[in-house]
Amino acid sequence: MATGVKPRVKVPKTAAAGDVITIKTLISHKMESGNRKDKDGNKIPRSIINRFTCDFNGTSVIDMTMYPAISTNPYVEFQAKVDASGEFKFTWYDDDGDIYEAAKSISVS
Amino acid sequence: MRKTLIATGLAAICLAGPALADPADMPLVIEGQEMISTVKAPDYIPGLDTAYSGWLFRSEETQALEIDDFENPGMPAVDYGLELWTTADGSEGKSCADCHGDISEMAGVRTTMPKVNEDGQLWAMENYINDCRVNRMGAEPWKWTKSPEMLGMTAAIGLQSRGMPMNVAVDGAAAPFWKQGEELYYTRVGQLDMSCANCHEDNYGNYIRADHLSQGQINGFPTYRLKWGGLGSIHRRFKGCMKNIRAEPYKPGGPEFLALELYVASRGNGLSVETPAVRN
Amino acid sequence: MKLTRRDALAMGLGATVVAMLPMRLSAAADDAIMAYTGGAEAGEGDITLTAPEIAENGNTVPIGVAAPGAVEIMVLALANPSPDVALFKFGPAAGAQAAKTRIRLAGTQDVVAIAKMPDGSFIKTSQSVKVTIGGCGG
Repeated sequence: MATGVKPRVKVPKTAAAGDVITIKTLISHKMESGNRKDKDGNKIPRSIINRFTCDFNGTSVIDMTMYPAISTNPYVEFQAKVDASGEFKFTWYDDDGDIYEAAKSISVS
Repeated sequence: MRKTLIATGLAAICLAGPALADPADMPLVIEGQEMISTVKAPDYIPGLDTAYSGWLFRSEETQALEIDDFENPGMPAVDYGLELWTTADGSEGKSCADCHGDISEMAGVRTTMPKVNEDGQLWAMENYINDCRVNRMGAEPWKWTKSPEMLGMTAAIGLQSRGMPMNVAVDGAAAPFWKQGEELYYTRVGQLDMSCANCHEDNYGNYIRADHLSQGQINGFPTYRLKWGGLGSIHRRFKGCMKNIRAEPYKPGGPEFLALELYVASRGNGLSVETPAVRN
Repeated sequence: MKLTRRDALAMGLGATVVAMLPMRLSAAADDAIMAYTGGAEAGEGDITLTAPEIAENGNTVPIGVAAPGAVEIMVLALANPSPDVALFKFGPAAGAQAAKTRIRLAGTQDVVAIAKMPDGSFIKTSQSVKVTIGGCGG
């Protein structure tokens, strides 16, 4: 089980209907690529976040497949179109089966 | 190969880089707060006219990572430190907050570290933290380098002083330690026979291979280094530098690095604390 | 390696792709692009890849991709141990078919972005990123 994995998300608190807003996300994760070797020369096995999704009120905003070339502490910034108030749900999927989640509400007038 | 390097001196590996852009054109503003990133060097540092923050020497992309608290990859570690601040640990069942209150009470602490304590010892922030843990919390001390807890805590405490000018004492009880640090700074060591000053005083602004040399200021520590992919402490950086010149590094937390930390901090007295800074 | 007709056909298309790119790609690079497009040609179009000319550290290179109207965008780093970097699929609630992230580059190389459009066609762009080896590590 990956330890110390913390997600952070930045979503505007309010917006007007039809606005395109910018969302920033960061999750602290080592993203062990599988290419590194330990002191004895053995390959350290891959252990990364392999997928990130964001939904708004149940509708997909973005679905990102991550490969080992994504940096430590994966940062993802993207745009969402909001037409009504609701909730963003963020999900990160770890190679080891863990799932990390975050949610943020937005008030749309 | 090594003899050639020594004989040829730094000229062999240092290339003159682009002139340092006028710092007035590059204000460092973090989350709306303007930092002091250029300041007249103190009188007791005759080798420098002006102290420049390491931020000024980094690429635009790296600089951009420090000015926004969300983009700053060192912030998750700060979050961890903030969490630890309010978490009880040790036999006494206390958290830092139980004695110290809100972490914002720590504003100013980072600016005076390291300093001489009541018993005449030179202590860095790590010493103070472990002293509390062992003697008042009944908890295990945290390791000096690479401990996520120590790094998170020193970063969280350092952040409370962000923007405030560094102000370590160099006189009185600190004077003998400072003198020792000054001597270490200018002493050549290692197979490459170089001192801190050879790069950071004689050649800042130039390139060593592809690295843009800074003055080696420590006002942003613990710093998120892209190379480390994480936060790192002052003594870790000192150790790495010594290994680069093929010298036997001093011990993190030991008297040499503590004295050196005091001296190097004084070279940047007046620069704003940038903790957690982002560097290459 | 014995070439099948399918291989020959794919390589014929590959040659066209190479001719259209500003920089010469190796066969392995072609393979990486082909692996994503399933052998289809990727032409020019409204697709942008933003990446620094010189990356101060190969660990953390900020990039951005944008392709208005795209279904998805694939990012490849042609000289990495494995070329796949990220695949962005855009949903109905996306405000733009664009995203930014930070990637690892093993050395100086071309980064390629390929967008799949709603009609099944592909467009691509690429940029060379220099990755420096520092003088001091520590």
